[in-house]
Amino acid sequence: MQVDEATVKRIARLARIKITEDEAKGLEAEISGILNWVEQLDEVDVGGVEPMTRVVPIKLKMRDDVVTDGEIADDVTRNAPLSDEHFYVVPKVVE
Amino acid sequence: MTDLTKLTLADARDGLLAKKFSAVELTQAFLAAIEAANPHLNAFVLPTPDHALAQARESDARLASGTARPLEGLPLGHKDLFCTKGIRTTACSRILDEFTPTYESTVGQNLWDAGAVMLGKLNNDEFAMGSSNETSCFGPVVSPWRRMRNGHRDNAKLVPGGSSGGSSAAVSANLCLAATATDTGGSIRQPAAITGTVGIKPTYGRCSRWGIVAFASSLDQAGPIAKTVRDAAILLGQMASHDPKDSTSVDAAVPDYSAAVGQSVKGLRVGIPKEYRVDGMSAEADQLWARGIEWLKAAGATIHDISLPHTKYALPAYYIVAPAECSSNLARYDGVRYGLRMPGKDLIETYENTRAAGFGKEVRRRVLIGTYVLSAGYYDAYYLKAQKVRTLIKRDFDEAWKTVDVVLTPTTPSPAFAQGEKSGDPVAMYLEDIFTVTANMAGLPGISVPAGLSSEGTPLGLQLIAKPFDEATLFRAGQVIEDAAGRFPLPERWWA
Repeated sequence: MQVDEATVKRIARLARIKITEDEAKGLEAEISGILNWVEQLDEVDVGGVEPMTRVVPIKLKMRDDVVTDGEIADDVTRNAPLSDEHFYVVPKVVE
Repeated sequence: MTDLTKLTLADARDGLLAKKFSAVELTQAFLAAIEAANPHLNAFVLPTPDHALAQARESDARLASGTARPLEGLPLGHKDLFCTKGIRTTACSRILDEFTPTYESTVGQNLWDAGAVMLGKLNNDEFAMGSSNETSCFGPVVSPWRRMRNGHRDNAKLVPGGSSGGSSAAVSANLCLAATATDTGGSIRQPAAITGTVGIKPTYGRCSRWGIVAFASSLDQAGPIAKTVRDAAILLGQMASHDPKDSTSVDAAVPDYSAAVGQSVKGLRVGIPKEYRVDGMSAEADQLWARGIEWLKAAGATIHDISLPHTKYALPAYYIVAPAECSSNLARYDGVRYGLRMPGKDLIETYENTRAAGFGKEVRRRVLIGTYVLSAGYYDAYYLKAQKVRTLIKRDFDEAWKTVDVVLTPTTPSPAFAQGEKSGDPVAMYLEDIFTVTANMAGLPGISVPAGLSSEGTPLGLQLIAKPFDEATLFRAGQVIEDAAGRFPLPERWWA
């Protein structure tokens, strides 16, 4: 599978990573190379095979639907680059 | 006085209990070794001497009062992928900046509750993505090993493997008794193999993932890198636990792994998978494999040729599953809640600037591939297909377990390479994990044990893979290899 420069820019936008024109060109070759390499999976017949979602057959555990944690707003916001009274501060989103 | 840093973990424990030296003396010996070596090796990204000495003083008090815990006073290195309460944790990525967790990982907490001493945080590939520890934002780790070229030691800087390259380098250079590590596609076993150390990735679910910076959640597991099979068994027994905070952690008692060390392998059925004889494998890795077969046979095991037909598809399937899961996991780094922030004109540009500045090249490459394979219209063709291939890889092993108890393979196709030798070609680097990645894809436990030296005088390892939750068999068979091959201590401390 070859990806073109426009596709690289589209996925970079989806991934929210800014890339330069030069970087897009380099990534086009790198990503195409890796996608070509994984294409060998096309040789495998997966008809009727279930996807693996769990490596050991355990049932997801259930717990009572009660509050087990909280009241730690100081801890939650302690590492924020910018915060104000337990709120994260971001550029204006809604005009 | 003997060099305390050269002790095994088991011997150091005996020495502390016999009061031959104190935990503070032992800790100081390692802190001095780190200070001398770290400018050359870059194994620690954050030594924590004050923290270590405070823990060691508490250990000495407990040793004196007869209330020693299982790992009392034993100094360890801790991979910087584990969150440490009040101590900077970066995953060796710029994007985490000065992130200082307000909580401790479960594996870390288990170790400190058992009395272990933390010497500092160890270098690793950024977000554990790499096989040579060259992608860390703190710069590469240098292996303490040097290779022989034309009859003398070459000065080329060798890689210690990755992603747990700080762990493998620190253990083999005697900068700690043992270290924590994590393994998503081989990140414990490959660095252990090429530094002459023992590394075990337990069964998926054996160790809690809570508080470990996530890379690929269906593959990540924690485990130790140690000097001997016995040391690895002692440590894994303390790291493993059932943890309600990790829904994939398994609610099963942790066996006494050290009891398995030294047990006979008489009658153990060892499988030799023909698919691991790959193109590009060095002749010496092949010869070492043959020697491993002879050692196990001589100890009473029986050898059986087996087939794991989907082996060759494990690595390409891994390079869909791992990037897909990493692109989801790393979506949390947005410059808002923690870590680095690079302002932009609006929120989206803030995200884009932050992530462009914060992620290194390899991480960016994987996030983009993951984003692509999960994007609209491609999910079935890539991620779903790769998950189906995983089922086939697991079925291969399920079939093998009908006739054998354990599988023996080389850990890596070749010994340590020099910095820069493979960093230009992502696929060449990915091939480092060709023998280790199957265990992650199938969720199985795997151990790497040092087995010999290459013609360049650098270590090579053998890998054993066992059934789910049968780590005890790995320790039992691993000890047979260690007994036969001997240990491979570093020949010279060239930085001293």
